[in-house]
Amino acid sequence: MSPLPPIISVQQVGKSYGTFRAIENISLDIKHGEFFSLLGASGCGKTTLLRMLAGLEDVTDGEIVIDGDPMSDVPPFQRPVNMVFQSYAIFPHLNVRDNIGYGLRKQKLPKETRHAMIDEMLDLVKLQGYGDRRANQLSGGQRQRIALARALVMKPKVLLLDEPLGALDKQLREQMQLELRRLQKSLGITFVFVTHDQEEALTLSDRIAVMSGGDVLQVDTPAGLYERPCNREVASFIGNMNFLDAQVVAHADGMATLNVVGLGTVNVPSTDTTLTTGDTASIGIRPEKLTVHLTNPQGDEQGAEGILEMTTYLGERSHFHVRLPGVDQTLAISAQNSIIQGETSDQMARPVWLTWSDGALLVFKDA
Amino acid sequence: MSKGSYIARPNRALQIYACLFLVVLYTPVLFIPLFSFNDSIYVRFPLQGFTTNWYVDLMNRPTVWKAMWNSVRVGIIVSIISTILGVLAARAITRNRMPGQNAIVAFVMLPLVIPGIIFGVSLLILFSRLGIPLSLYTVAFGHLIVCMPFAIATLLPRFEGMDRSMEEASADLGENGWWTFWRVTFPIVMPGIVASLLLTFTVSFDEFIMAFFLSSTDATLPMYIWSQLRFPREFPSVLALSSLILLVSFALVFIALWIGKLGLVDDEDK
Repeated sequence: MSPLPPIISVQQVGKSYGTFRAIENISLDIKHGEFFSLLGASGCGKTTLLRMLAGLEDVTDGEIVIDGDPMSDVPPFQRPVNMVFQSYAIFPHLNVRDNIGYGLRKQKLPKETRHAMIDEMLDLVKLQGYGDRRANQLSGGQRQRIALARALVMKPKVLLLDEPLGALDKQLREQMQLELRRLQKSLGITFVFVTHDQEEALTLSDRIAVMSGGDVLQVDTPAGLYERPCNREVASFIGNMNFLDAQVVAHADGMATLNVVGLGTVNVPSTDTTLTTGDTASIGIRPEKLTVHLTNPQGDEQGAEGILEMTTYLGERSHFHVRLPGVDQTLAISAQNSIIQGETSDQMARPVWLTWSDGALLVFKDA
Repeated sequence: MSKGSYIARPNRALQIYACLFLVVLYTPVLFIPLFSFNDSIYVRFPLQGFTTNWYVDLMNRPTVWKAMWNSVRVGIIVSIISTILGVLAARAITRNRMPGQNAIVAFVMLPLVIPGIIFGVSLLILFSRLGIPLSLYTVAFGHLIVCMPFAIATLLPRFEGMDRSMEEASADLGENGWWTFWRVTFPIVMPGIVASLLLTFTVSFDEFIMAFFLSSTDATLPMYIWSQLRFPREFPSVLALSSLILLVSFALVFIALWIGKLGLVDDEDK
């Protein structure tokens, strides 16, 4: 079976406002039925890219192809996509039913069919009995569901969501995350989801595009982004990461030997072929991939000695801040409390030993 | 906000000032209805007794009703045209980023501060140069200039208060620009449109200077009142007529302000 062509293909798309380049030539493909997130800090161009998919922003150069059709000359009202706006944009002069049925006018359906479709949507977003309410009588979470129902009733090929959970409080947000995921799986519609919340993106998405400064840095699965970030910026944006300065001593057969400040000479697997002897680089280590030992673990070849400066007890886990010789910033280490032997909180300023497994260290060539 | 908060604390001196202000502003106006019920053709104290004769007298004068009808016709046409133009202008100002936008708004608002006599004279010169005979149409044209700032000032806040993504959502749901205007923009700004119609009608109905320069033999109501002031006998009837105009104008402006505010408060607590 040959794989389906991508539902959305963004080809060398750029956007300029005058001399300001809002989007650098972006290329990415979004697959059928995928939950795809655009993740980045505010001003990174993620909303602009989403609005270009919807046709609300012009594309300066490049082409967006949706389901095989180039979209350059297609106005927003003829595109096979629908959007959930950040402000929800619920029409204040219409009740809930009329809001949901707004887009059905053109389909010239019999009244009964239209009503059945609206009822189905009210069921889907669990707003049965709210059909005759006005938008200003509803809470934020309910408005969000109407916005969702209003877009889904159009049976779009792609649903675009612009930070739809941003305005909700934490508890409601987590509940809506689950519901979005459930909806997306049961309907099989491709979702393109814009968020600045990396945790939200990791929870919901099949794949994530990390954006910064109008450019896409990396497109990968949540685990891929976390375990194999392509550069230092992605590594620091997704989760927590310790960085240490390093210098490449040798690089051959996918194994780099580096001289790392605080750790000494280490061997790290790296497929980056541009890495050559003499390059300066950064070593990244996730806090949970280091193990703290209170006694010297004899026989372990990969290890380092440091001073335990501070311990933060967080119930299920503890955070250790360890100072390595020659390093300004303390190294953050996170460990499950169930595997820590004995009390450590009152043992400040004592020597500790750190070990790590193969693959825990990541090399990023300095730009 | 609670009443006891610092900023909402009542200030006795300012309250008295506010009352005084309103009294000074409207006391002279109150003399008009007062003397319109006075049983004497002279406007002076003491009052001579209550009568509704002047109102009855008014009913029997066809010229009054003709002038009234002229004013109503001009008012309706002017209010409709200025409101339509105001809607277009307000939409353009709020939706498009134009170079020199502030200058454009300032130019549209300028008739508010330019003396009507200057506009009146210049329009009179223009019409006579072009050989256009004076009529109710020329009066309406003059009123249009006077009414545009009122229409735009009433409509702008409605358009500004409307979330831009409302129109985008409509487009996203398959409606083109025309249908989006009718199904979303128009209903949302509707209170502003009604307010603008009422306000511009009132302004046109009460306008004197433009009508003075630009009307021919067909007088508007203010012109008729002006012409009757020469005859002392007619003065009480003029007072009766003025009282009626005051009443209707007050009512229309209050309705316009009330409708114009509808929904604006609701939208704020989103």
